[in-house]
Amino acid sequence: MKRFLSLAVVVVLAAAACSSGSGTAAPAAKPYISIVSKGFQHQFWQAVKKGAEDEATKENATVNFMGPNTESDVQPQMDMLNAELAKKPAALCFAALDSKAAGPTLQKFKDANIPVIAFDSGVDSDIPLTTVATDNVAAAALAADKMGDKLGGKGKVGVIIHDQTSRTGIDRAKGFVDEMKAKYPNITIIGPQYGGGDLAKSADLAKSMLAANPDINGFFGGNEGSIGGVLNAVTELHLDQTKLTIIGYDSGQKQIDAINSGLEYGAVQQSPIGIGQKCVVYAMKAINGETKFDKVIDTGFLWADKTTINNADVQAVLYK
Amino acid sequence: MSSAPGLPVPAGRTGAMVRSDFLQRFLAFGALIVLILFFQVWCVLIGTNFLTFENFVNILVATAVVGIMALGETFVVITGGIDLSVGTVMTISMVMTAVAITSQHLPVPVGILVGILTGGLMGLANGVLIARFRIAPFIATLGILNVARGLSLVITQTRPIYFPNNPEFQSGVMGNLFGLKISGEFGFPNIAIIMFGAALVAAFMLGKTALGRYTFALGSNEEAARLSGVNVANWKMLVYVVCGLFAGLAGVLSAARLGSAQPATGFGYELSAISAVVIGGTSLSGGEGTILGTIIGAFIVYVLTYGLQFVNVAQEWQIVVTGGVLIAAVYIDNLRRRQRV
Repeated sequence: MKRFLSLAVVVVLAAAACSSGSGTAAPAAKPYISIVSKGFQHQFWQAVKKGAEDEATKENATVNFMGPNTESDVQPQMDMLNAELAKKPAALCFAALDSKAAGPTLQKFKDANIPVIAFDSGVDSDIPLTTVATDNVAAAALAADKMGDKLGGKGKVGVIIHDQTSRTGIDRAKGFVDEMKAKYPNITIIGPQYGGGDLAKSADLAKSMLAANPDINGFFGGNEGSIGGVLNAVTELHLDQTKLTIIGYDSGQKQIDAINSGLEYGAVQQSPIGIGQKCVVYAMKAINGETKFDKVIDTGFLWADKTTINNADVQAVLYK
Repeated sequence: MSSAPGLPVPAGRTGAMVRSDFLQRFLAFGALIVLILFFQVWCVLIGTNFLTFENFVNILVATAVVGIMALGETFVVITGGIDLSVGTVMTISMVMTAVAITSQHLPVPVGILVGILTGGLMGLANGVLIARFRIAPFIATLGILNVARGLSLVITQTRPIYFPNNPEFQSGVMGNLFGLKISGEFGFPNIAIIMFGAALVAAFMLGKTALGRYTFALGSNEEAARLSGVNVANWKMLVYVVCGLFAGLAGVLSAARLGSAQPATGFGYELSAISAVVIGGTSLSGGEGTILGTIIGAFIVYVLTYGLQFVNVAQEWQIVVTGGVLIAAVYIDNLRRRQRV
């Protein structure tokens, strides 16, 4: 019994020491915003977190960013939502692993009049006031503009996308193809073909496109894996890289190297920092009583080529 | 510090024995109480309150699935074995329940039965591999872990299966008994009642049936059990089937909670379940363990997970602390055992 009591006292003292030191105590005036993400370990999510925390400091709010260990942990994400709801946050920013599974829990936030801002892939529900995400259609259209300019408005461009089922795959293919057709009618598009974001599969697609159309002078790859496949194909076939304009999406060491060496002309970069920042901006607006927002808030994207890749704003969104 | 006034203070040897007995029975329970008080103090210091009914309900709900899995795991661990497959056996049970209800259009109770039996079947596979083919439990169940994980993805074509046409399944499991609200919107969740019910069944099986007796016998001295005429292979298989059945029940509840079968989930849950069992004082070398301990162990795991998040500890540190607590729990339990010998 004695030992128990002393153990209890030690633990309680430790608790006191920890919390007075950790400074988690938030004055009541500072609004508390919960951010439940799809993960926390990937560089992409860490960048979202940084954007949110910086903006929170600016707006005098407290944010708590969390996400499950893996993107298949649907149930732990529900437990996180429950714990955050119990803290009565001023607002919730949420990227659902599974929108439908999260439905009943989100309803509880709505019932408690806690505004919900969706981010990244969004939430398939009418509860969120808005969705903060990359406008993939516009970002892919920028890639088409860069391609069209570089080719002088004529030529043949192969398009390789990761898939035709995910939102990002659909939007990027549409953004690129539509912009090209509208603005550069003399450029012929081969594809889009879908390689599952897999390096080998995407490389095979690029090779078969080249075999059927030896006069191809441009490639667009819709994500890291797709463009990586194109780069592999071009390297393996020992093609003359000065005759090809290759444009990619996102970063990764391979693309960064290819852009620096001149093999790849450039790539469109999403801005995870911008996603985190805008989440907090719109959460604060909602806390201050605004309810009417655009359905989607674009968080912007950047163009990285040999001349811009070392700029601070581009470096900030690159990941390896 | 001295004992509370008014209580008779046993002297000398008797006192030591009482204390040792007390420690043995209530070590895990005491740790749970200390943990809850720890978070309450922390919360008071940051200006909030941990001891709310809402937090209580959230912790119950979070614990239920892994808690039930840990019940079955307790039987296996007492025999001196291990079942690494419970997490993904839960997943495939969830998937089979969903398949039964959606594409086969079977009534929900049949779907529930299909899920539980799927778990039992996977348990039987473990049991046959271990008892008949003499494959070490660690390897056999690691194999079944992957078989179940892969099959779940194959059956669902890697996509979740939803059952929007059976809202009663979700509301039944996640609702409250008689719709009773205890505090605000919150009542005692049915999923927790099911967990406690399952624990009572498990405790009965372990304490009052032949299965329970042989479970302990296998763990204490398998050779002695064999020599005294026990059909060791059969009882061992049965133990793994029981473990699978509990994992199956966990899968059914998980499906109900999520309103869907999530084929990629479940992997890693086995480690939480084994942690719960071990923190609850069941010995990994077999022959010793209690259901009450396991349930308390499961609560310790989830009070810790929930509490650390509630007081805004960074997630990286949550993982570190959870690991530390597991090691501390097992170390203290070892001390207790040595003391008794």
